[in-house]
Amino acid sequence: MTAKATTSATWEQDVLQAEGPVLVDFWAAWCGPCRMVAPVLDEIQADNPDKITVLKLNVDENPDLAMKYQITSIPAMKVFNKGQVETTIIGAKPKYAIEHDLAAYLA
Amino acid sequence: MRQVIIIGSGPAGFTAAIYAARANLEPLVVASSVEVGGELMNTTDVENFPGFPDGIQGPELMDKMQKQAERFGAEILYDDVVELDLEGPVKTVKLGSGAVHEASSVIFATGSAYRKLGLPGEERLSGRGVSWCATCDGFFFRERTIAVVGGGDSAMEEATFLTRFASKVYVIHRKDSLRASKIMQDRAFANEKIEFVWNTEVVDILGEDAVTGALLRSTVDGSTRELPLEGLFVAIGNDPRTHLVHGKLELTPEGTIWVDGRSSRTSESGVFAAGDVIDPTYRQAVTAAGSGTVASLDAEHFLAALEQAAGDPQLAEALEVATETPDPATDEPETAHAAA
Repeated sequence: MTAKATTSATWEQDVLQAEGPVLVDFWAAWCGPCRMVAPVLDEIQADNPDKITVLKLNVDENPDLAMKYQITSIPAMKVFNKGQVETTIIGAKPKYAIEHDLAAYLA
Repeated sequence: MRQVIIIGSGPAGFTAAIYAARANLEPLVVASSVEVGGELMNTTDVENFPGFPDGIQGPELMDKMQKQAERFGAEILYDDVVELDLEGPVKTVKLGSGAVHEASSVIFATGSAYRKLGLPGEERLSGRGVSWCATCDGFFFRERTIAVVGGGDSAMEEATFLTRFASKVYVIHRKDSLRASKIMQDRAFANEKIEFVWNTEVVDILGEDAVTGALLRSTVDGSTRELPLEGLFVAIGNDPRTHLVHGKLELTPEGTIWVDGRSSRTSESGVFAAGDVIDPTYRQAVTAAGSGTVASLDAEHFLAALEQAAGDPQLAEALEVATETPDPATDEPETAHAAA
């Protein structure tokens, strides 16, 4: 199971109304660090299919959401829980560092 | 046990890998998990790398270097080094995944990391308007007023690049002249969206949840003023990435890894260093690549001497490798290549 894509059209249902925590990766094709961190997020999804849902949001194609959540640096990873942003991780990091940041959800 | 492990995947690391692979040393390259390719991955046009008359994109250049190393048998690991033991004849490299690799020699080419301003607002507003990567984050500053701090080539490149998006780009520099190369300066001076703020340093970054401005201080008369901004890009240079070898390798007063003269030999036998991590002065992709070549050739000579010493205890002692000779059973195929 790898990270799936979400869009402005499915945002409400995919993220805000979701049952458990959702990690959204705000990314773009031209962002080198985003490409580096993508496989790490896929692994985190594969390792924790029941604990967290990992979704990818392309900021080029969904600028409204990038603006709404005041994204100014990518990759930006935000954990939404019950519609609220609980945790924000900025920048590509090694897997163990992201797992550390997400410890509360992956425990 | 490997003959050589290369730590780093910028121009120094990959060039060392190309040379080591062509010398049949079957190098293992620990390329990092999320920073493969190094600093050039965050640049756009590279116009000063020989052989590319029309320029080349930084990420494409690094991809080509990696492919060239792989073509000759270099093995690339997408992992991070967390711990090193560089003493004695067997060097151990522990990775983030928990894996441990051993080698007779190590080439250390970890480059440098962006220098921070060291201001209280910097960390808090990082990703909220404070950035170190124009190519990553410029997109989010369409029609905004932003500033670049710094006076070198990377500051000029970032400022010029950011004018694609921003309506106004201030360049804030401590002095009244730039360190940047003439061509980069001229480009920035000719750009109507760029305004230079000379003899000025940033003493605070303003804003609660997002950057709203910077507090500036004149380096001439000490007067301060606020400059309203929506973004601040920091390009004040880099620091060599040496945290893994603190207390293990000698450093220079500049903070780079000490090497013996024009060689890549560090203070530890069998450990070589290359690229920005040993270079406080030039720090170019081409000089890093050249430095990687030096390290690979030095490692090759060291390994050849080591092999010779395996049959000569006196020589071995002279080489400080007497305590433990490599296991001939596992080393045989590799040494056969090295001798070829």
